[in-house]
Amino acid sequence: MSLLSVQGLQASYGEVPALFGVDLHIEPGMVMALMGRNGTGKSTTVKAICRMLPSTGRLFLEGQNLHALPSYKVARLGIGLVPEGRRCFTDLTVTENLIAAARPGPWDLATIGQLFPRLSERSTQTASSLSGGEQQMLAIGRALMTNPRLLILDEATEGLAPIVRQEIWSAIRRIKAETGMAILLIDKSIKELATVSDTAVILSRGQTVWAGSMLDFTPDLASRYVGV
Amino acid sequence: MIPERFITFAVPAGLFIIAILAFWTDEPFTITLTTRVAILGLAAVGLNIALGIGGLVSLGHAAFFGLGGYAMGILAYHAQTYSPLTLGPLVIEGTKSMPVIWIVAVVTSALAALAIGVLSLRTSGVYFIMITLAFGQMLYYFSVSWSAYGGEDGLSIYLRNEFPGINTLVPIQFFGLCFVLLCLALVLQARLRGSSFGLALNAARQAPARVETVGLNPVRLKLLAFVISGAITGLAGALYADLNRFVSPSMFSWHLSGELIVLIIIGGVGRLVGPVIGAALFVALEHWLGGLTEYWHIGLGAILLGIVLFSRGGVIGFLTGKAGPNV
Repeated sequence: MSLLSVQGLQASYGEVPALFGVDLHIEPGMVMALMGRNGTGKSTTVKAICRMLPSTGRLFLEGQNLHALPSYKVARLGIGLVPEGRRCFTDLTVTENLIAAARPGPWDLATIGQLFPRLSERSTQTASSLSGGEQQMLAIGRALMTNPRLLILDEATEGLAPIVRQEIWSAIRRIKAETGMAILLIDKSIKELATVSDTAVILSRGQTVWAGSMLDFTPDLASRYVGV
Repeated sequence: MIPERFITFAVPAGLFIIAILAFWTDEPFTITLTTRVAILGLAAVGLNIALGIGGLVSLGHAAFFGLGGYAMGILAYHAQTYSPLTLGPLVIEGTKSMPVIWIVAVVTSALAALAIGVLSLRTSGVYFIMITLAFGQMLYYFSVSWSAYGGEDGLSIYLRNEFPGINTLVPIQFFGLCFVLLCLALVLQARLRGSSFGLALNAARQAPARVETVGLNPVRLKLLAFVISGAITGLAGALYADLNRFVSPSMFSWHLSGELIVLIIIGGVGRLVGPVIGAALFVALEHWLGGLTEYWHIGLGAILLGIVLFSRGGVIGFLTGKAGPNV
């Protein structure tokens, strides 16, 4: 049984349809890249999976129908989201941000501190006083503190300096190697996605147009659907 | 700039010292004023949990204050008239025991807060303010028309209620009781704020949609905060009724709800002892300016205006140079 099974997912913003049939299946321990040009529905797919947007179609996490659940229950079932734009709790300190999200499991303040030593150094600072890169690390740390089975990173390296981006990618590789957690990645860096991901799904105009192993992802597909 | 930790300890200590000095110099009226500060501070500490941590601007908190007051008034009235309270098949004896009255006040207020919160928290922003105001006014008009307990004229209690081992008619001893309850409420507020519940509530105030993505139900968090808040304000209402030995519909009035918000804003929203500072300033102005003119609220308004315009974090923000607890 797939960890996450999405089939024929459709969603809209009010009257405006945005997804017309997204299919993807994530197995436990798998890292999947969700690719496509801007505006093809990647972030919308993530919002629909997390039940932040009404949707129709099949949406199951280990056989449990997510359509029947509010978004906080989806998160409790084991989907950890690092949303686009970081969105930390700005008035809380680094430690408070992490504690607020904590759920029982192997990820705690110590393990997050090992993954991102910078956060340990800034533990008493408010999130609003952190740099963009540190806020991103905090957003990832906060999602990990929920001890998810599937971690979704939506544009986790967007707008960051190259050196910080490398730190984030190193952390993602470490999470994959050390925990075997399933990860769904959205990012503009095809090069990095290709080195981390096992499989890929490409969206175009709100629907899945290609799915397969990352080894089968060709430059032709990249230029046709991703725009590189 | 003064460290906030120092202010947190200095304010309750200052209140205690003023009461002790007043006792030594035989100034019972000053002790009564400090008791009023402790009780209003306690009521505002209750509201501060909902408003300061949870961001719930309730304009109906007088409902809980009034329920606490009437819980005391009704139980004491039946005790002093030796007539049991009959609720259908249920016959309840009146009591003059403060601990029993406090429990009834806290439970009644908490249940009311639960009912009001369940309905009000379906909304947010200005609608939440209006719904809480409406509930408060419903109870206000109900108390006005409740002739069995004095209606518009209110209800007098001849003797202050009793607490084991303490003569509550002695002002300093009654102050001591109120002060201990205020300190306990402050400790509870501090513990709540630092707990995972308090942090999650704080996060829910900042971004309700975002806390859902980490598995937290913002409505449930806010409801629990609202219930705790209402229970503490209800306890303050019972003490206030005991202080005055009188309950009246004015305890439910929206003016009082507004005043509780003003106390918090003056002291500093979300600051631990902000409500106590607000209550102390309010009582001091009411006493001194009120002696000069019946329009003393103009002075209070001017102070509030100054704080809102020039010190975002209230008096504590001004003293510490920090607009918020973590900023």
